[in-house]
Amino acid sequence: MQPAADPSRSSHYITDEFYRDLIASFTDWQRDERAIADPVERERFRMLLEREARLLDQLRYEDWLKLYAAECVYWVPSTPNAGDPRREVAVMFDDRRRLEDRVYRLRTGFAWSQAPASRTVRLITNVEVFATGNETVRMMRSNFLITEFWGDETRILSGWTGHRCIRQNDRWEIQAKQVNLLECDQSIRNPSIVL
Amino acid sequence: MTILEKVGPSPSRINGAALYDWDALVQEDRVHRLIYTDSAIFAAEMTHIFGGTWTYLAHESEIPSDNDFITRRMGLRPLIIVRDQNGTIRALYNRCTHRGTTLCRWDKGNTRSFQCPYHGWNFLNTGRLRGVPWPDGYATDLRDPKYNVAQVPRVESYRGFIFGTLNMDAAPLAEHLGPITQPIDEWLDRNPGGKVIVCEANRLKYKGNWKLAYDNSCDGYHVVYSHRSLLETENRFTEGSNKGMAYYRDSPDNAPMYLRYTGNGNHFKDKRPNLEKRPGGLWALESAHPGMEHYEEKFKLRYGARADGLLDLAGSEPVNINVFPNFSLLGNHIQVFEPVSVAETNAVWYGTRIVDANGDLGEATDDINALRMRTQEGFPNFGEVDDVANFEQIQRGLDAVEDEWVYMNRGLGIPDRIHTHPDGTITAPATDEVFMREHFKEWKRLMKARPNLAIKREP
Repeated sequence: MQPAADPSRSSHYITDEFYRDLIASFTDWQRDERAIADPVERERFRMLLEREARLLDQLRYEDWLKLYAAECVYWVPSTPNAGDPRREVAVMFDDRRRLEDRVYRLRTGFAWSQAPASRTVRLITNVEVFATGNETVRMMRSNFLITEFWGDETRILSGWTGHRCIRQNDRWEIQAKQVNLLECDQSIRNPSIVL
Repeated sequence: MTILEKVGPSPSRINGAALYDWDALVQEDRVHRLIYTDSAIFAAEMTHIFGGTWTYLAHESEIPSDNDFITRRMGLRPLIIVRDQNGTIRALYNRCTHRGTTLCRWDKGNTRSFQCPYHGWNFLNTGRLRGVPWPDGYATDLRDPKYNVAQVPRVESYRGFIFGTLNMDAAPLAEHLGPITQPIDEWLDRNPGGKVIVCEANRLKYKGNWKLAYDNSCDGYHVVYSHRSLLETENRFTEGSNKGMAYYRDSPDNAPMYLRYTGNGNHFKDKRPNLEKRPGGLWALESAHPGMEHYEEKFKLRYGARADGLLDLAGSEPVNINVFPNFSLLGNHIQVFEPVSVAETNAVWYGTRIVDANGDLGEATDDINALRMRTQEGFPNFGEVDDVANFEQIQRGLDAVEDEWVYMNRGLGIPDRIHTHPDGTITAPATDEVFMREHFKEWKRLMKARPNLAIKREP
């Protein structure tokens, strides 16, 4: 085991084992027999996703980051089958520190790609919650439609998202978010917002 | 033997007249806005530049096996880059000879033949027509080579980089590249076996002319302004931190880095002299990346003194090696500029990974690559997005018709600043715009030329 370290300052948890677990947990997880029907539980996670969308639309990045586990990952694959991030570049693959870099950069006032900032509204729908082999881990699939106004254009970014949530610190925290953009393997204009 | 079909004069010229007075548009110290905004100039570029000189098409690692293919474009021409059933690399026009339909709509794959989805004409991946439905309906002989798909007549590789040209008078590729092959060799040879494998890409589109990206490719003047948010982010933890491109702060023209123009529109910015000359000197410059501290500790524990050299393989090589008009090696990326229209361009940053070519890296190979993927995602996400935002705003600014000029005169006329060497290359301080003045001379030469263009077909 590595010594405990602040993941905002050093990146000790992105290990080969972490990558393997990440790939495994995002493989073959959307199985009908694992779908959770309990409306209370479904509602809990739907509210979490709606809250995340609202915080991002309101550019409340610091509050948004609080939804995430200390050791987390934000992953936008560059291929529709997601692939192996150890062997392929992703559109984005951020650990905790790089997510905070992303927010820090947007807050400098000199991130020209977001000056002025995009205006966005997110629709999050088709939320399904899936059990895993671990009672403290849930997976969610949702579809998203982000309408983004930037520069001279209003455009739509769309796709589906996989969230891996873990029950710790007396709450459900987002441990991994995999954003599957429809056009992930195509050229994208100004991909500078958080998806 | 292959059949060559000469391509007639550009339709942009009437009775041989020049489209524009190119000397008026490209001057010593400035270029006219029209070269970025005029659709007729863009149309002419698609034959005079993309066709008239060597254009980068693809990397051999993208089609490693016989019958592999990828689809690409050369200018606006849709191409299928194939390694045919005999192992020969070809650039086929992705265009059915019958009615013009594209034959292949997939980005990549493996096939021995392409069947047109419209009427079912079937072509071998050598380009030859294999058959058509109900051939007895044709009085003409379908074995006539004119029914075989068109191909880029000259396709050559330099150490895995595949280029093509329609210009039958162009010098062989290696000769055309000339002195720029030295930094290309060095860029490759720092990797085991001198090899890299292309591994997906960060792909950006911008609403601006393709030359705005090439004008940026060797530009050391924009860094501290356009990338201010990146520099601040990379150095946010420690007062006085000098990570990433911090060597551009203060007085970059007095730093050891320099730029070199090597001819034919090609140029090179060498920031390596800024590094400490020791294993680990490159890695020491890297800002924070996912997994950084874990792999550093793992390597030091497992490989001892070798660790620094291994980490350097995950670090971004501080060079910009640019081959006119559409190719740039920087960091570990192969960046390709794809014109879409006069005011729209794709800038594709192909990632590269290493292979254990000499068998001495073993398990370290995967770990180096895991770290190298993350270093490569940094700049497209936190740097290039701001550049392309600025390219878009240039395009918008150039819509002002009466304010005609774009200046590129930084360094021009200052004594002892720019040096021409016996081999014809030109060196200058890192923020000089001599690279741009020189690549526009090449642009003008190509636009004025009457290139001897051809396409080829299998016999």
